[in-house]
Amino acid sequence: MQAVVTEPIDPGPLVERVRTRECGAVVTFLGTVRARSDDGRAVDALSYEAYPPMALAEMESIAQEIVERYHPCHVAMVHRVGKLAVGETSVAIAVGAPHRAQAFDACEYAIDELKKRVEVWKKEHYEDGDERWLDGHCAHP
Amino acid sequence: MAFARVRDVLGWAQQTIELDADPTVAGLWDVLIARVPALAALRASTRTARNGVVVTAQTPLGAGDEVALLPPVSGG
Repeated sequence: MQAVVTEPIDPGPLVERVRTRECGAVVTFLGTVRARSDDGRAVDALSYEAYPPMALAEMESIAQEIVERYHPCHVAMVHRVGKLAVGETSVAIAVGAPHRAQAFDACEYAIDELKKRVEVWKKEHYEDGDERWLDGHCAHP
Repeated sequence: MAFARVRDVLGWAQQTIELDADPTVAGLWDVLIARVPALAALRASTRTARNGVVVTAQTPLGAGDEVALLPPVSGG
C-alpha cells in the first residue's frame, strides 16, 4: 500500500499491513522534520508538495522492485504533504520479511529510492522568516 | 502544472496554455520562458511529464494534455 496524505501519519496501520504469518521481522523507517538544516540554520517547519499521480506510480515501482529483490516481503510507504512542524513525520515506511537482514536492507532501499525518484519537493522555513526550496536529486530521465 | 521552485518562478501552479500549431515540449518551454525569462535557468534541470509520463523536448503536445514541470525531487 502506497499513499500521499495530508493528515498526520500513524505508523501503526502500516506495520499491520506488512505483518504476515511468514514474517520474522518488521522494520519501520520514519522521516521526521529536523530543527537544523544541513548548513546549520534553525528550521521552524518544512513544506512538502507532491504530484500525486506520478509520486504514487513511482512509489509503486519501488515497492515492486523491493518485492522482486527481497522476496518474500511486504512493503508499505506513506508520504505526507503540507506544512509540517519540527518533530512531525514526513514519511513512513514499513517492511515485513522472514528475517531481519532482508527487512533492514529492503527498508533502506525503499527510503533511498524514494528520496531520489518520487515526485515530492520540500521547502525549509527558517526561524528568521526566510525560506528555501531544497536542491533535489536530478531523478531518472 | 508547475511544482516547487518552478512554480514559484512562474507564479502559478496550474494554468491552461494555448500553443501554436504542432506544439512540442520544447515549444511550450520557449513560450513560458518568453513570458518569464527567469525560468530559463531552471530549464536544464527540470523534467517535463505529459499525462504522467516523463517525455523529451521533441515530444509533441496535443489539446487536453496535462503537462507537469518537475524540478529535481527532494522528498523524504
